[in-house]
Parts: sequence; C-alpha cells; structure tokens
Amino acid sequence: MAILIIAEHNNLSLKSETHKVVQAAAAIGGDITLLVAGFNCKAAADEAATVAGVSKVLLADNAVYQHQLAENIAALVTEVGKDFSHILAPATTSGKNFLPRVAAMLDVAQISDVIAIESADTFVRPIYAGNAIATVQSSDRIKVLTVRPAAFRAASDGNSAPIEAVSAAHDAGVSAFIDEELTKSERPELSAARVVISGGRGMQNGENFALLNGIADKLGAAIGASRAAVDAGFVPNDMQVGQTGKIVAPDLYIAVGISGAIQHLAGMKDSKVIVAINKDAEAPIFQIADYGLVADLFSVLPELEQQL
Amino acid sequence: MKILVPVKRVIDYNVKVRVKADQTGVDLANVKMALNPFCEIAVEEAVRLKEAGNASEVVVVSIGTTAVQEQLRTALALGADRALHIETDQHLDSLQVAKLLAKVVAQEQPGLVILGKQAIDSDNNQTGQMLAALTGMGQGTFASKVQLADGKVLVTREIDGGLQTVALTLPAVVSTDLRLNEPRYASLPNIMKAKKKPLDVIAADSFGVTLSSNVTVLKVAAPASRQGGIKVESVAELVDKLKHEAKVI
Ligand SMILES: Cc1cc2nc3c(=O)[nH]c(=O)nc-3n(C[C@H](O)[C@H](O)[C@H](O)COP(=O)(O)OP(=O)(O)OC[C@H]3O[C@@H](n4cnc5c(N)ncnc54)[C@H](O)[C@@H]3O)c2cc1C
Repeated sequence: MAILIIAEHNNLSLKSETHKVVQAAAAIGGDITLLVAGFNCKAAADEAATVAGVSKVLLADNAVYQHQLAENIAALVTEVGKDFSHILAPATTSGKNFLPRVAAMLDVAQISDVIAIESADTFVRPIYAGNAIATVQSSDRIKVLTVRPAAFRAASDGNSAPIEAVSAAHDAGVSAFIDEELTKSERPELSAARVVISGGRGMQNGENFALLNGIADKLGAAIGASRAAVDAGFVPNDMQVGQTGKIVAPDLYIAVGISGAIQHLAGMKDSKVIVAINKDAEAPIFQIADYGLVADLFSVLPELEQQL
Repeated sequence: MKILVPVKRVIDYNVKVRVKADQTGVDLANVKMALNPFCEIAVEEAVRLKEAGNASEVVVVSIGTTAVQEQLRTALALGADRALHIETDQHLDSLQVAKLLAKVVAQEQPGLVILGKQAIDSDNNQTGQMLAALTGMGQGTFASKVQLADGKVLVTREIDGGLQTVALTLPAVVSTDLRLNEPRYASLPNIMKAKKKPLDVIAADSFGVTLSSNVTVLKVAAPASRQGGIKVESVAELVDKLKHEAKVI
C-alpha cells in the first residue's frame, strides 16, 4: 500500500489537520508520502518532514499553487498520485474543494468525511447529518478519501523524512485568485481547540458575543456559533459549527443560547463533555448535554466568567 | 446565457431519519421529501441572475425515478424555465451523477452551472467539483456571492479561515453555500404556471454512461446515542462538576 496525503498548510506552517490525516493513514497501513503544494512553502514542508510515520515529503513549490486553486492542485495531485493506492486529504474546505476533482480525473469515487478506517478498502462515514453511519467498501484501483480531522488523534512529531522537489507546474488557466478576507483571531482554531464555547440566536446580537470572550480567555477556548447566529450577522461564517460548518470534537463544548437543531448537533455531538445553557428547559440541546443549566444566559455568563 | 441547475430530491431537512432494522439503509417509506436546501438556493440564484438580465434561460435537471418530477416542478414554480428529468431507478453515486450531468452540459451548452454544495442525505459534497473536472471548467465552490462581469464569474467562497474570492472563466461551475441567498416561496399562480412549463424525460441509459459504482454500502447503522446528562442548579454547581467530575477544566 502506498498512501499519498495532501498536506494542509498556509505556505508558512503546517495545519494540525494534516497530523490527523497521517494518523488515519497509519490505520490503513503502508508507506506514507506527504505532498506539500504551495508557493514559498519550504517551511511547511520542513514541518511536514517531522510528522511521525511519514516516509517522504514531496514539495511542489510554485506560484500556481499559492492559493490552493482547485483546478491547479487537482491537476498536480492527479499526476503525482496516479500510482498510489490511496489519496487522502483532510475534510476541510480546501480538501473538499480539490479532492473530488482529483477523483473524477482519475475516474474513481471519492469517499467523503471518513471517521474510521475498517481496513484498506473499507471505511466508515456519517450520512444524513450524522444521524446514520455508513460502512462502505471500495473496489476502485485508487481509494480517494477526505478524512474528518475531528475523528482522529494527531500523529506525533519527531521524524525527519527526506524532502523531494516536484517540478510540475500545472496552471489550468480557468481560475484566478482575487482576494481573501481571513478572520484574525488570537484564539485557538475551532477545529483544534480543546474547549469550544458557542453562541446561538439567544445571544441576540454581535456585541453580546463579547460575553463569551472572558470565558474563552480563561479556558483557552475557541468561540463558535450556530448557523442562526451567523445568518443573523452576529459573527462571521467561519465560526459556524454544524453539518455545513465546522465539525468539532473538543474535550468540552459549551452551547449558549443554542436550541440544538440536528444540523448543529452534527457538528459537535462527538465532543467529550457537552454543557448547555438555555432558558428553555425543553430545548433539544439538553437531550445530549452532560450538564444542562436552565437559565438566562445574560445573568449566568458573567457569573461563569467570574467563577472560573 | 443559459444557466443549468442540477437539483436533487432528498428527505426534508426537518425529518428525523431512522435507520432500518436490517441496517441496509435509512427508512424513507412515507417520509416527507423535498428539494435539497442547497439546490433550492441554486435555483434562486439562477433565477435572480435571469431577473437581473444576466441570463436568458434557467434549465433545471434532476436524475432519478419519476418522483423527482415533483422537485423539478418546485424549481419551475420558483422561476426556472424548463426541466429535464434523467430517468433511472438505479441508485447513483456522485461520479455517475457528474458523468450524466457532463453529457447534459455537452448538449445544453450552458454558460454557467449552479448547483448545491452538498445533498443533505449523502452529505458528499462532490458532484459540482466532479462535473467541473469532467468538463474542464473552473469551479467556485461554497459560494456566498456570485457576480458576472466581462465573460467571467466572480465567486466569493466560504472557507475555513473566512472568505476567498476567485474569478472563473465562463463556462464555470458554482456550488452554493447557505448564505448565498434566501430562496423565495413559490406563489400559487407560479405553482399553477409551473405545471405547464416544459419537462422532458430522457432515459439515463441513453447517454452511454456506466451507471454502476465501485463503492458498496456494507451497512448503515444508527450512531452511538449520547446519554442525556443532568441538570445543574447553579453556575457554582456547573463549575464544580466540570472541575471534579468531568475533569475538563
Ligand atoms: C441545509 C441546512 C444546513 C444547516 N446547517 C447548519 C449548521 O451547520 N449549523 C447550525 O448551527 N445550523 C445549521 N442549520 C440551521 C438549523 O436547522 C437551526 O436553524 C439552527 O441551528 C438554529 O440556531 P440556534 O439554535 O442558534 O437558534 P434557535 O433555534 O432560534 O435557538 C435559540 C435558542 O436560544 C435560547 N435562548 C434565547 N434567549 C435566551 C437567553 N436569554 N438565555 C438562554 N437561552 C436563550 C432559546 O431558548 C433557543 O433554544 C442548517 C439548516 C439547514 C436547512
């Protein structure tokens, strides 16, 4: 078995999702190659070389890969990956963007959002917003998978795998990067945080999200939101947790003023401990919360911050 | 310019799904079905582009049994002009769907394809990207804004870190995210009008595409259910439990 993993990075450093995918690949078993495609991304490749279990890092350092445009990355991965038995990427917005394109170019299926590896050809994935769990087997010559990072532990560091340059420069010529508005935050990333505190429609407006800040600071938490809170413009889209937002599985998830719609639960119900704060004792979120506090969030949030 | 909008019939998003006792799938008998929410947003976006004078025709297409005609009529009631039903009883995976859609693209020659980023049943998030690959088009996935200008489409995409805007040469494929627009409700007169709009039926096997997939579903199980916990009476009790019982803070 030869497994190719497309590393997630921002040209400067490797993202922790990559470590999780390496862990999934280790469960498949076989030789693991990491592909770092980007521009001026040598530092990310150096980091990739330290991930335990990786036998080689391929570095495709070219301006055409700078912004991870799906058309260019997919052409590269299709070429580099054609002799591998498995091609994996994290189920992030980047992996979800280019990997189905790779699968189609290789004329094989993609198995999305894998949460467990049963064997080299059998994988487990959630469907229906996580309300059903499918076990699927693929007889395709190359198995193309996106891996849900929240479902795997991170591979450790301490390796020093060789780095090999890949010169292929693929520019499909049909797409161009215009600009990017990245949310700046000093807090840990949602998908990597040990504690997540999320606010919903019950927060009433964006200013009130400040009530979560002090608590997040004390707990080293990331701040998330329900779709209702994002749609209402309280907070930006990258904070959305759920079926169509980010999938998180922290040690502690605190849902504040969130009712617990299935689409929201799909993004957080694998958290180790769930706390719900909601003034409605009948809110569905309480059915899955380990600790529920029926209370007005505006009175208990300041109290919670103070008592931590 | 013509816009092609592929749509899918799925379980209504409010329905709580149940896994069949024999673990072969999800029980869909007598369950309310609907247009996939992301597809509805795709139809709305296409209709808005037409209303703004940026498109001449909106064609919707769906693949499946005769039942999908219900969702095609819904799309027609929302403002699409014409529908194509690619008929098959077979369950298809994304790659096969994308291959059929690529044939439709070759026939219809749309200037833009807009479709939902994922169907809420299979949750695959693949078809648009695969269609773009098979037709050699650029792709603007997870769109929260779509603008046409100078033979290009500018797509603002929802990405993990925030927003990214790309420019794609037309024809291109755009997949919709939830915040792209808020779909209208079909008015009664429009529902009546939709009944008279053209809907052509084409057999899926007439396209010369292999419809079988190399992926087999071995079983579909219910997720591990989570036990509801306890209610605490105060913030002090909550903090105490988190520290000493759950030991997470
Ligand atoms: C295709 C599709 C995909 C979706 N994807 C997602 C997704 O990824 N993520 C997601 O979150 N949603 C998603 N949704 C939306 C989902 O169905 C719900 O509408 C949404 O999660 C509701 O958000 P909410 O709980 O914040 O709001 P509401 O359901 O309105 O709940 C607000 C809660 O706040 C409580 N509250 C109000 N005031 C206070 C107060 N002062 N103190 C304490 N509690 C208070 C209320 O009792 C209520 O329970 C999706 C929907 C669709 C159709």
